[in-house]
Amino acid sequence: MDQWISFDWEALGANFWSATVDGLTFGGIYALVALGYTLVYGVLNLINFAHSEVFIVGAYAVVFTLTSLGFGPSVPNLAWYAIAANLLLALVFGMLASAVTAFIVERVAYKPLRAKGAPRLVFLISAIGMSFVIQYLIFWWRGPNPEPAVIMFQNKPVFDIGGTLIYFDSILIVSAAIIMMVVVDQFIRRSKLGRGIRAVAQDPDTATLMGVNRERIIVSTFILGGLLAGVAALFYVMKVPSGVLYLGGFLLGVKAFTAAVLGGIGNVRGALLGGLLLGLIGNYGQILLGSAQWNDVVCFVVLIAVLMVRPEGILGSNLGKVRA
Amino acid sequence: MSRSTKALAAAAVLALTLAACANTDDGDSGDEDSSTPELTVQTAIDAPDDAVSPAGDGSAECPATTTIAYIGAETGANAQLGINIINGVKLAVEEHNANNANCQVTLQTFDTEGDPNKSTGPVTQATNDENIIGVVGLPFSGESKATGTIFEQAGLVHITPSATGPALTQNGWTTFFRALGNDNVQGPAVPKLTEKLDAKTVYVVQDDSEYGVGLAGTATEALGDNVVGSDKVTTGQKDFSATISKILAEKPDAVFYSGYYAEGAPFNQQLVAKGYEGIFIGPDGVKDQEFINQAGDASANAYFTCPCIPGELITSFSDAYKKVSGGDAPGTYSVEGYDAATVLLAGIDEGNQDRAKLKDWVTNYDAQGLSKKFKWDETGELTELAVYGYKVQDGQIVSVGVL
Amino acid sequence: MSTGTPMGGAAESQARADELVEETTKPTRLRGLSDWWNHLPRLSQWAFLLIAVAAAFALPLVNIPLLTTEPSNDWPLACAEMARYALVAVGLNVVVGQAGLLDLGYVGFFAVGAYVAALWTSPDSTLVHIPYLLTLPLAAMVTVVFGVLLGIPTLRLRGDYLAIVTLGFGEIIRLLATIIPALRGQQGFQEVGHPPGTNAEGNPIFSNSAGAPWYWLTITVIILVMIALGNLERSRVGRNWIALREDEDAAEIMGVPTFRYKLWAFGIGAALGGSAGAIAAGQIGFVNNQRFDVQMSVLFLVAVVLGGQGNKFGAILGGAIVAYIPLRFTGIAEFKYLIFGAVLVVLMIFRPQGLFGKRPHLLTFERRAHKRIANLANAPAVSTAPAGTTKEAGQ
Repeated sequence: MDQWISFDWEALGANFWSATVDGLTFGGIYALVALGYTLVYGVLNLINFAHSEVFIVGAYAVVFTLTSLGFGPSVPNLAWYAIAANLLLALVFGMLASAVTAFIVERVAYKPLRAKGAPRLVFLISAIGMSFVIQYLIFWWRGPNPEPAVIMFQNKPVFDIGGTLIYFDSILIVSAAIIMMVVVDQFIRRSKLGRGIRAVAQDPDTATLMGVNRERIIVSTFILGGLLAGVAALFYVMKVPSGVLYLGGFLLGVKAFTAAVLGGIGNVRGALLGGLLLGLIGNYGQILLGSAQWNDVVCFVVLIAVLMVRPEGILGSNLGKVRA
Repeated sequence: MSRSTKALAAAAVLALTLAACANTDDGDSGDEDSSTPELTVQTAIDAPDDAVSPAGDGSAECPATTTIAYIGAETGANAQLGINIINGVKLAVEEHNANNANCQVTLQTFDTEGDPNKSTGPVTQATNDENIIGVVGLPFSGESKATGTIFEQAGLVHITPSATGPALTQNGWTTFFRALGNDNVQGPAVPKLTEKLDAKTVYVVQDDSEYGVGLAGTATEALGDNVVGSDKVTTGQKDFSATISKILAEKPDAVFYSGYYAEGAPFNQQLVAKGYEGIFIGPDGVKDQEFINQAGDASANAYFTCPCIPGELITSFSDAYKKVSGGDAPGTYSVEGYDAATVLLAGIDEGNQDRAKLKDWVTNYDAQGLSKKFKWDETGELTELAVYGYKVQDGQIVSVGVL
Repeated sequence: MSTGTPMGGAAESQARADELVEETTKPTRLRGLSDWWNHLPRLSQWAFLLIAVAAAFALPLVNIPLLTTEPSNDWPLACAEMARYALVAVGLNVVVGQAGLLDLGYVGFFAVGAYVAALWTSPDSTLVHIPYLLTLPLAAMVTVVFGVLLGIPTLRLRGDYLAIVTLGFGEIIRLLATIIPALRGQQGFQEVGHPPGTNAEGNPIFSNSAGAPWYWLTITVIILVMIALGNLERSRVGRNWIALREDEDAAEIMGVPTFRYKLWAFGIGAALGGSAGAIAAGQIGFVNNQRFDVQMSVLFLVAVVLGGQGNKFGAILGGAIVAYIPLRFTGIAEFKYLIFGAVLVVLMIFRPQGLFGKRPHLLTFERRAHKRIANLANAPAVSTAPAGTTKEAGQ
């Protein structure tokens, strides 16, 4: 048999910093999407399998908004504040589209089942069904090809570490992901809605007795997850301008879901940790082992290994335990 | 909740106002790399004078049941390629039937979705229909491998317009013919192109398809010492940053991407966005208008090799094709589909109206087609093949002539 | 709790192991159908069973006008594919339906089986070649090993975690087929073997254009599997699976070694998926890395859910339907995932038990127990009694 696994430490050493930066950038996107999985899981103890489609619908909205604003395959010839305003508008539409999709998913695939008190497997399967429906509606409408590239701005290197240029988009995405994470973390800890989410996560029945409107909390959680997916969608389009296709959400969703589980599903900080770790591990593994197929293999192997040691993920899984 | 909604609305209004003032113009921001020599562009080519026309001389006679079939993808993710071919075949059949009142050939289509696992059903169905005496298909190498034996057992001749796996002609099948060069043809053409473009160092990137792997092998061999590095990507990949950082460290003059446009387009786009200034070379799998759509301005650095003639440049073919396709210009492998159908129709016109005779006809065929000369060796490979070079100019793929 | 009844004779079990009803009626009538069947005398059941099996065997030979997949797909080959999906669904039903473990990477086992058949029979492989029929048990054994290797570290995880881990497993198998050069990636293996024998024209009986022999081979395997599973379900293993599925915590507390029985289900499911993969490899005659993706896993899951989780006859029907629809209506084949996705949602909302519901036959001598209860309590509605009642009655 041929040698099929070999470690190229030299390549990893030579590309270490760029792999780190790229890994963190994608990790940030994974983390934002992972938050959607984690929040819903925290509240309902159910995986929203259709969250990847919530994300990709947002990405389509971002692309359509930018295209109709005149963005296209060329670097736009605009002042920075005009670009920023356009991106902000695209962000708003992306978040709206994702939030509406999340709301629809909740109404169609979750609420009727909750009313019946169906077993867990039933929820998961209906969410998988919903995910397929959205994917193939997009396929029906847009065909198998991705949307044409949309370039948002001239991506310039900002500084370099040891000869590796660090580009503006990486800095933007990583810092935005961390800021969003802090905001969500604080939101869950301090706001009224956050308190409600934690209460329902901890004990739905007692929370209801204490005057928490459980149905409203659940819907809000889905919408919150959708809004965050919309943010991720903007960064995704920024980083992968031609990655918006019917399967795009699924491919990224699997990674984000893995990230959520790795960090501890139902745990906001776990989502950030899991996302960034997964971005790094995948990138390092890919360079070390010499081909892109290894990216996913390494990620899943690490996931299985971590779950063997810590069955609830690195940081554990209880959203309800978070204290204000 | 309400406070944040208000803030959101305010931001949206602000953004709208600013966006309304903004005015994007598609100013050419990418400057041409002046060190790359300009290649002369072919603007139009004439159809070869001696090309066989499916219309024939109008005197053909055949039973009303005479049928040829297209078997291949009609739906699914590979549908576009199938549609390109079907329209080419359809055009040939329509031209034939319009001119031959006493020989109306029926075209039947069977859908495999391009999937080896789904291909045996439609192929068996076609071979069981005695009226079908010749087939154009199957378009992909995997499904061709799965079904070659069925054709062989049924003695049904089939000409593939697009399956390029080199191993396909090594099975001893007497019914298999290929209307284009296999993967091994393009590899040696790559150094010819890099030489013309004055590129000394080439970085080879391959995907995980049979096509990409095989082509990367022959190209690497032909390029010899000019190869400064290589990497592998995977089908469906959308982010190429790990590969790109390796390439940028080597600063090659050219990147040869051995694969399809689905990955090639985002790859080149991200490569250029990260500051790569060299040229990008892709094979026929990348040469598609969709590559330009997806890679955007980055595609300006792209060159292609293809063992195919630019069908859209033959005005007479292009115009006729648009009538069949409902306005779409000929796509990749449309000409091959047309030519393959022409070979079969010419045989029917000559009185070869059962499977055995039509198979003999194709085996001994020797005539000019629209795209190339069709004469096969005993394995089913074409004997004469030319590889053309292409480049992207003003958002269009244009031919730079034979390599 | 445990009744400890001995395993019944194979013949007796087989009679009950089958309520194979070819004709599907509306879901609402199924309950009545099932009642009717359960109240038939044993002898009539046998007679119906024989007719049903004969009808199943005759399926590829009768080309019923509206039902046929022609002229777009050869009917016998379509039957073979339906039977293959049915076998896959029966296997996945053990994992999902019986033991309640959500497996989103079942296609991984299918792929392993296909590669086993290819590696040991295709001329493209350098390994020792063995007769094709031996690859069926070999594929089953190898996939069991894979199933156990995957199961040991992961089956201690709770349901949702298991879903993502199995999904990852399926992806790893697919990617390794690309990465490992000996597995030949997309290039694949041609001329995978087939059972021996040639017909009058000198072509192999089991050529890859001959659907009927492959179909008969597959349903023979299915019938053998059904007999074995029928016995297993009514044994301690089957009862423990159901306990596990209904409430894992309660089962654990009541002394069911949950991990061991999960592993059982996983292993058996894997073996069946592997066998189906080996059969598919033989019929198509070609194996490469295409189409062993998550979508396939979900399609398999649809088959189980559609038929009714936990009902192996439902699984057969579900598998056949999932294979049949895109072959029959080629025009809509493009939308099959859209349709099946919608079916999943609608089914979960309105009929989560699928076409056939679960059939908790827990006892070997259930029929006798039913009678006794009926006599004792004079209760006419015994057959609709929930599982719990039946269980108590058995003691």
